Amino acid sequence: MFNDEVAYYFDGSMVGLLSCIFRAFQFKELQVRLCLNDAAQHGLFADKIEVSNSELHAERVWSALQKKLSSSSLRQFYFAYLSESLDAYQHLFNYCIYVFTSHSSIEKNYSHPSVLAISQWTKKVGREKHRMEAFIRFKKTKDELFLSLVRPDFNVLPLIQSHFKRRYQDQRWLIYDEKRKFGLYYDLKEIHEISLEASKVDRNLKNGMSQSFQLELDEQEILYDQLWKDYFKSVNITERQNIKLHVQYLPKRYWRYLNEKLIEY
Amino acid sequence: MSDRIREKLQILADAAKYDVSCSSSGSDRKNKDKGLGDASHSGICHSYTEDGRCVSLLKILFSNVCIFDCAYCVSRRSNDVQRAAFTVQEVVDLTINFYRRNYIEGLFLSSGIFKSADHTMERMLQVVKKLRLEENFNGYIHLKTIPGASPELIHEAGLYADRMSINLEMPTEVGLKTFAPEKSHQEVQKDLGLVRDRLIQLKDERQIIKHVPKYVPAGQTTQMVVGAHQESDQDVLFMADKHYKEFKLKRVYFSGYIPINTENNYLPAVGSAPPLLRENRLYQSDWLMRFYGFQVNEIVNEKFPNLDLDVDPKLSWALRHPERFPVDLNRADYQMILRVPGIGVKSAKKIVQARRFGKIHIDLLKKLGVAYQRAKFFIHCEDSPKFQKELSSSFIRQQILTQGSSKYVQQLSPQLSLGF
Repeated sequence: MFNDEVAYYFDGSMVGLLSCIFRAFQFKELQVRLCLNDAAQHGLFADKIEVSNSELHAERVWSALQKKLSSSSLRQFYFAYLSESLDAYQHLFNYCIYVFTSHSSIEKNYSHPSVLAISQWTKKVGREKHRMEAFIRFKKTKDELFLSLVRPDFNVLPLIQSHFKRRYQDQRWLIYDEKRKFGLYYDLKEIHEISLEASKVDRNLKNGMSQSFQLELDEQEILYDQLWKDYFKSVNITERQNIKLHVQYLPKRYWRYLNEKLIEY
Repeated sequence: MSDRIREKLQILADAAKYDVSCSSSGSDRKNKDKGLGDASHSGICHSYTEDGRCVSLLKILFSNVCIFDCAYCVSRRSNDVQRAAFTVQEVVDLTINFYRRNYIEGLFLSSGIFKSADHTMERMLQVVKKLRLEENFNGYIHLKTIPGASPELIHEAGLYADRMSINLEMPTEVGLKTFAPEKSHQEVQKDLGLVRDRLIQLKDERQIIKHVPKYVPAGQTTQMVVGAHQESDQDVLFMADKHYKEFKLKRVYFSGYIPINTENNYLPAVGSAPPLLRENRLYQSDWLMRFYGFQVNEIVNEKFPNLDLDVDPKLSWALRHPERFPVDLNRADYQMILRVPGIGVKSAKKIVQARRFGKIHIDLLKKLGVAYQRAKFFIHCEDSPKFQKELSSSFIRQQILTQGSSKYVQQLSPQLSLGF
């Protein structure tokens, strides 16, 4: 059993992932292929094990990681997890095996494939976090709510909430992830997780054109939206035109969320 | 009403766009008393214009009426352009409303000099004070120092601004005298010195008194126009270096001159391309000085007064110093690894960290993100061949140039493409 590869099926949650790690050490199965429960690849592996979630096991693995790793490595672990990618999960799993079987710190050993992969996943997720802090555009509604619907590549809302909370303390705001179907709502005191029907808010959600909210907006919203568009046009220096660089910094998939980049029929 | 403000914004944003600085980094200002805004230490670019420059701040002139007549400036007295001026309240409203919608990190306020330097500075100060004191705005504010304003006004502005800047405009005194007879480097340096001295004084006081007011936390910057006068890259970089050292500047910006003057025959003609590739090489040199431990005279000197446009300054230095290579990545110190073309700060750090766990092999370098095709001429790894033929600098240069040019060259080159 020891060296044969087995497959663990889990639900893609953090608790599930940590439960897998717990099981690996419990049964000395250190060569494991992780699979998601809903994946269609059944039957490829002889040993298919469905790992059930255990809060208790997850807790124990996490506290062991806290003892072994520096805070920046724990942060990297969390960032890589939020990529929601099976490849990242696999590397996180292998990384834990490596961490727990080593006596000294291996956090900086970039010649290990999983150490390197996690630092690369962290970079990708971190970039998306930063993009959301930059590209979120609020629209002010009639009842003074600042509303934004977004679709980040990775699940970064948990990472950006403190940034927005520090910054906007005297206005109610709501950032909604239309892909993952949850949002953060700040009510002037604290942040709540909420859900709503995104297609009812944005009439262009399905067709991919620029956002068009079917809510009653603040009477000055049109003015400031227009002023921002004017400003964006005025600061451009046409003699230096460089569309390639422009698109590199502002990838097209974000355009429908940016009011200065209009996409219409 | 809305038409008038739109028109003003278009005129005064258009006039401010030649100031290239748009960074919003370096400040540690915190939101206080449940107010609006909080500075992000690394800065955030909220959008990018079609010329590929970042839009981080609302960058506007308070007024484009100016008593000066600097030949390179679009707002010069003798230029026939539409003039406009904001009211204090208009700038405050724009800033707050843009900020609340997460369009910007804050305000970059500059101005043409109307009536007098003090009068202009006073009005700008009113905007900044209103934002900070009445609106409890804690976002980023970059304020231009008006040359010749009184020290009292400059000191007071420093209490509210995150960053202050004042432009040298021309890299040489001769250039400045030619195009802006009313200005002098001496005056700019006097004002830069004022803020620097106050910063040093407050730093000293901080050791004794606990609550010293925040004063220009993101420091000072300046800007030089390149390509308007016949200055060499040596003039430009020595000037930059002097100001980094003497005035403790955070950044020196270079702005490739964009021809906007049809009357002055000494300036590049309207329609000629701005020197974007040269500007790019200057910024690369600036980075080498600030992050790679290069001294300015290693990059340009009497013998090589101008940067090589074909290859970047780091590669250019390496080709001039074959005696320093190859660098043994398993033994060399960090500073020397940093000097290898194709290896950046991040990969250099990773190499130093990874080699504590085992020898560095070629394969790993590629994975770490090193530009191996470039670096391979200058390094030695564990699995490099034992005996390497010694290659001449001109051969390496040729090899690297034929391998493929930088993807930016075409975009930045002053030469016209033939379109096929």
